[in-house]
Amino acid sequence: MRALTWHGKHDVRVDTVDDPEILNPRDAIIRITATAICGSDLHLYDGYIPTMKAGDILGHEFMGEVVEVGARSTLQHGQKVVVPFTISCGSCYHCGKHQYSACDNGNPADNQDIGRELYGQPMSGLFGYSHMTGGYAGGQAEYVRVPFSDVGPIVIPDGVEDEKVLFLSDILPTGWMAAENAQIEPGDTVAVWGCGPVGLFAVQSAFLMGAERVIAIDHFPRRLELARRFGAEAINFEETRTYEALMEMTGGIGPDAVIDAVGLEAHGFFVDNVVDQIKASMFLGTDRTHSIRQAILACRKGGRVSMPAVYGGFVDKFPLGAFMEKGLTLKTGQTHVQHFMPGLLNAIVEGKIDTTFLISHRMALEDAPKGYKMFHDNQNEVTKVVLKTDLAMAAE
Amino acid sequence: MTSESDLAKRLHDDAPPETSKTASPARALLAETVTINRTAQELYDFWRDPANLAGVMENIDAIEVIDRDRSRWTVKAPAGRTVGWESLITQDEPGRAITWQSGPDADVANSGRIEFKEAGARGTVVTATIAYDPPGGTIGQFIAKLFQREPRIQTRRDLRRFKQLMETGEIATAARTRKQLEEEQV
Ligand SMILES: NC(=O)c1ccc[n+]([C@@H]2O[C@H](COP(=O)([O-])OP(=O)(O)OC[C@H]3O[C@@H](n4cnc5c(N)ncnc54)[C@H](O)[C@@H]3O)[C@@H](O)[C@H]2O)c1
Ligand SMILES: [Zn+2]
Ligand SMILES: [Zn+2]
Repeated sequence: MRALTWHGKHDVRVDTVDDPEILNPRDAIIRITATAICGSDLHLYDGYIPTMKAGDILGHEFMGEVVEVGARSTLQHGQKVVVPFTISCGSCYHCGKHQYSACDNGNPADNQDIGRELYGQPMSGLFGYSHMTGGYAGGQAEYVRVPFSDVGPIVIPDGVEDEKVLFLSDILPTGWMAAENAQIEPGDTVAVWGCGPVGLFAVQSAFLMGAERVIAIDHFPRRLELARRFGAEAINFEETRTYEALMEMTGGIGPDAVIDAVGLEAHGFFVDNVVDQIKASMFLGTDRTHSIRQAILACRKGGRVSMPAVYGGFVDKFPLGAFMEKGLTLKTGQTHVQHFMPGLLNAIVEGKIDTTFLISHRMALEDAPKGYKMFHDNQNEVTKVVLKTDLAMAAE
Repeated sequence: MTSESDLAKRLHDDAPPETSKTASPARALLAETVTINRTAQELYDFWRDPANLAGVMENIDAIEVIDRDRSRWTVKAPAGRTVGWESLITQDEPGRAITWQSGPDADVANSGRIEFKEAGARGTVVTATIAYDPPGGTIGQFIAKLFQREPRIQTRRDLRRFKQLMETGEIATAARTRKQLEEEQV
């Protein structure tokens, strides 16, 4: 089969590799129909995530048709499914609490050592996301092996288009969980850093959860425009001093809840950011954390901080004092995708949530390297790239 | 297995002795604990039949059951060699614990105990304690080579596989093809 493989910083290629096979009783093989490139994939593309190996197949946002099932899979041949990016067993203590991304068993035994060293306890497996999270082949490919197919994939009713449901795999539940973690109360003002897919879904979700105002922060006019369409007020951090603006816009109180949907790739010429960037590029092991610092400073006293943004290692100058003195609460984590999928699928089918507004580019799987480069270089225009296996490669 | 310093340490806190910073017992001792979402009886039943264990432990060539309490273990060693020992269950506490010891002719002398403690909604707390000749001596070095990694890490991984099999009915693998899976299992 053809698959998008990682070979190093800014080097991804479409290669021919062996087709996946059923290896465990709960496995299924899915023929991919649509898959997307995620902001998290850019962390891999930029070489920020350790434990990658040349030839790894990327992709954790995907859907397709069931073509083969193991003896204990509950899926049926021909069903259309969306697959969550978290690989969770459904039967451990954490899965029982619906903390799927904390699953004890999704990550193969040997790969759990790294997570234990780095984080104290290993987390669940993830598709296409380094060997620390299992080293599983991802779904930017023609076929993928899906473990625990009886608890992960959600079956999509006939007649629902791929593009409407594809984002159930990651970014829609992630934006939703971000808003849920912000513990929004009616009348709240919520500020969201980053208007990428996660931030935009967080904006949409925050309004659905009763926020009175949402203030969206980014520097890409097109992305800010999308946030505005949902009713958000925009701050362009290149033109405006974000903290001052937030204070003025909230009567000096600060937002009741703040959401960091930026993460490792924080842009902007801020002193702390530049220092982080130099250290990261020299592998001195700090994450770039400008957005979370600013969110903590801006948040009102006693407010809530939600951090869907991904960080991998250690941080410098985390404003722990501000965090403590103001009595803030922080909630974060890889998304417990399986927990949110059924409710969000209903909301999509009932027309309460729109997801297709996000897609700016549709490309053939063969064109995936071009898609990565565009998504990386031109975030203003490129809000989301969907790769389709039935599209022909674009002419040069 | 308990030295003076273990005893002294116990006067100051309630942590398990094998987590002591200072204890230097006569034999190397390691313990690893995992919580498994199954009843103690189910876990004990699985462990009580040594034939089941080859599936969750790495580097096992064969485990032959001799009789109810005795089994013959053959373990892969470097350079295509194997080492072996007879393992004897010396104490059997149904549903609670199993203690074993290698026989006198063992290539690698070892003994151990696995305990199953009910933990309510969390399932069962499983603790494996394994004693072997201390590292540094020739046998210790041999063991390190034999397991190709620190015995503690080996044990931890074996317990994770045991947990996966008991909780999910299978052992997780990231392999994509049968060929990759076989290479992993060598
Ligand atoms: N928790 C999870 O399970 C999960 C799942 C998916 C994605 N993520 C993470 O969420 C984050 C966002 O993902 P995405 O797909 O939306 O990524 P993205 O790269 O498309 O979006 C990030 C946005 O942040 C903006 N930005 C950069 N610096 C900023 C700053 N200083 N202030 C305000 N905005 C700034 C960028 O312009 C961009 O629009 C990433 O860190 C990603 O890894 C987490
Ligand atoms: Zn993603
Ligand atoms: Zn689980």
